Amino acid sequence: MNETRLLLRNVDEPGLNTIEVYERLGGYQSARKALLEMTPEAVLQQLEDSGLRGRGGAGFSMGKKASFIPKGTMDKYLCCNADESEPGAFKDRLLMQKNPHLLVEGCIIGALAAGANKGFIFIRGEYETQADLLDAAVAEAYERGYLGERILGSDTTFDLVVHRGKGAYICGEETGLLDALEGKRGNPRLKPPFPANQGLYQGPTLINNVETLCNAPIIIEKGADWYRKLGEGNSTGTKLVSVSGNVQRPGNYEIELGVPVRDIIYGLAGGPPEGRELKCFFPGGSSAPVLTQEHLDLPFTYEAMAEAGSMLGTASVIVVDDSQPLVPLALRLAEFYRHESCGKCVPCREGTNWTVKMLERIDEGEGTPMDLDILEQVQGNIIGNCLCVLGDSMAMPVASMLKHFRPEFERHMEAARERRDLTAFEPMGAGELGAVAEAGAA
Amino acid sequence: MTDETPIDPGAVRAAPLPPGWDEAVRLEDDPSTIPDPAQVDVPASLRTEIERLMSLYPDRHSATLPALGAAQQVHGWCSPEAIQQVAAVMQVTPAYLSSVATFYDMLRTEPKGSRYVYVCTSVACHVRNAKHVYDAIEREAVDQQLQDVELREFECLGACDMAPMASVDGRFVGPLTTADAPELVSAIKDGREVLPGRGLPDPGFSIPAAPRQEPGPPDEPDVHPAGGTWKEADLLNVPPAEGPPPHAREPLHPLDPGTSVTPEEEEPE
Repeated sequence: MNETRLLLRNVDEPGLNTIEVYERLGGYQSARKALLEMTPEAVLQQLEDSGLRGRGGAGFSMGKKASFIPKGTMDKYLCCNADESEPGAFKDRLLMQKNPHLLVEGCIIGALAAGANKGFIFIRGEYETQADLLDAAVAEAYERGYLGERILGSDTTFDLVVHRGKGAYICGEETGLLDALEGKRGNPRLKPPFPANQGLYQGPTLINNVETLCNAPIIIEKGADWYRKLGEGNSTGTKLVSVSGNVQRPGNYEIELGVPVRDIIYGLAGGPPEGRELKCFFPGGSSAPVLTQEHLDLPFTYEAMAEAGSMLGTASVIVVDDSQPLVPLALRLAEFYRHESCGKCVPCREGTNWTVKMLERIDEGEGTPMDLDILEQVQGNIIGNCLCVLGDSMAMPVASMLKHFRPEFERHMEAARERRDLTAFEPMGAGELGAVAEAGAA
Repeated sequence: MTDETPIDPGAVRAAPLPPGWDEAVRLEDDPSTIPDPAQVDVPASLRTEIERLMSLYPDRHSATLPALGAAQQVHGWCSPEAIQQVAAVMQVTPAYLSSVATFYDMLRTEPKGSRYVYVCTSVACHVRNAKHVYDAIEREAVDQQLQDVELREFECLGACDMAPMASVDGRFVGPLTTADAPELVSAIKDGREVLPGRGLPDPGFSIPAAPRQEPGPPDEPDVHPAGGTWKEADLLNVPPAEGPPPHAREPLHPLDPGTSVTPEEEEPE
């Protein structure tokens, strides 16, 4: 199968990150059109009509989100969520590295639709190269008058700042991002109030993922009707899919939503290495419940993934082949979320910790069959009981692994117990013996 | 990979910590008091940088993360001195800055080194044997006595296409194998470019189409004790394995030397 390249259409053009090349290839024409030929309401209407859904994970309609921003003359903000920390996701990295001006242009259009006058791109601290490139792109855009006061002679004023995070997964959660941007620990906030009403500095704030904003110039250029024809049902447009794990050609691919999962994993990414078979895959980053071979022929859409008990999320497909034992994988996954839990909500803070402890116990041969039931119960107690979805992000995949592969967990536990029983009574080493003898003498 | 001895994970970190780094803070500096700018010496370049950062935002507190990052570049870590300097320029309390610094992974609250090597061992790298790559790098770091470098396993760095990978001071290199470890460590040690041509920003960088699969064993060998793989084994009809398991030992006689019960105690005179 072939890719459908919209966001990546010029990605192989050398020097695309400079404004000269970007403008030569038609860049900033959409921003010009939106600023000079369209009213903000018309821009918003186009975004809403396009059916574009948020590409950061939740899949909420972008136009609708922007329409929630109240009208008025107060300071309003646009935040671009470039804190791409989801294990398996690397699509925003590619966009920002190769085509930073597309994001800047998307920010201008998003800000116009939301009426924002100040914007921030919150990029994760680990993306140092990409942040430098974005900084350069923003400076170039200021120089050419695409940012700042009275852009291109219109009434619109928009300032854009690249803000670097310092390494915390939770800052990818929108309210955690706002707290981090305000200079605090990145703890998520209670919702409501939603950021659209009270976000950054208590002002109305529109928060969008990098890829979502990068779609905006294309929608303005081609029109909402054209865009909506791409995709399937309520999953319109194209989507960057990051394929990683045990595949022969890992990488970013841009597909029309609705192609079968098999075409992505086997067609584009080449499938598992020779001689190996697919065991399971995460369709939307490590937070998405795993799916198995039987789900390979589903269309890759928000709806179909949800129906299969998983989610499209960030569309980061992590493929796991049959050489990988699942208990260490689940343990690694749980360790990640334990490390990244901010500690504000008890179910997440304790639940991630206990899940790690139980999986360690199982892996080390101290597990009992009851542990699997408790493990399942703990996941059930986390899901839906926290301020944000970080706890759920661990609980859902771990629970799904247990659901699909319980016999393997049982076998792993038994094998580990067997190994442990055989080694439990190993004679002591010389050093320990000395210590024992001394203790006996005393 | 299997015959190598496990190494002390503290060994790499232990070397660079200068003596006295964790001495008690000066109690006369109240962490809840905003320092008097006249009393605190701040390097001029750091002061201008923090002031520039504060001017970017409607609220100066927003500059906290980049300001701490800038101070860390000067001091190598968020030392009490660095915190004091940032607090003096930003006019916030040191306690507030410490609360922020302890939250974020990239802000160092210990002097672990002024450069960093983050090796990703998250899920997508994990399935491509990232742990073995990390272990090899750590072992090399100990062998070559790498100093002033923070080496750690890191959560997903967002480069799963080049898995397993590492970030050397922000430059992503990969895909790595255990064989790359010696060169990687010695390049860092000598200040050379690490693995030229294999960094993400390098011109012409591309990921090899055929993945460099590590031949090393997975963490859990898929071998059933009774022979065959776990997948093939019928768990309810497992024939008993023949002979003693390879690593089982003969039970010790209580009177043998090396047990806690000595013969004298057993047979009192």
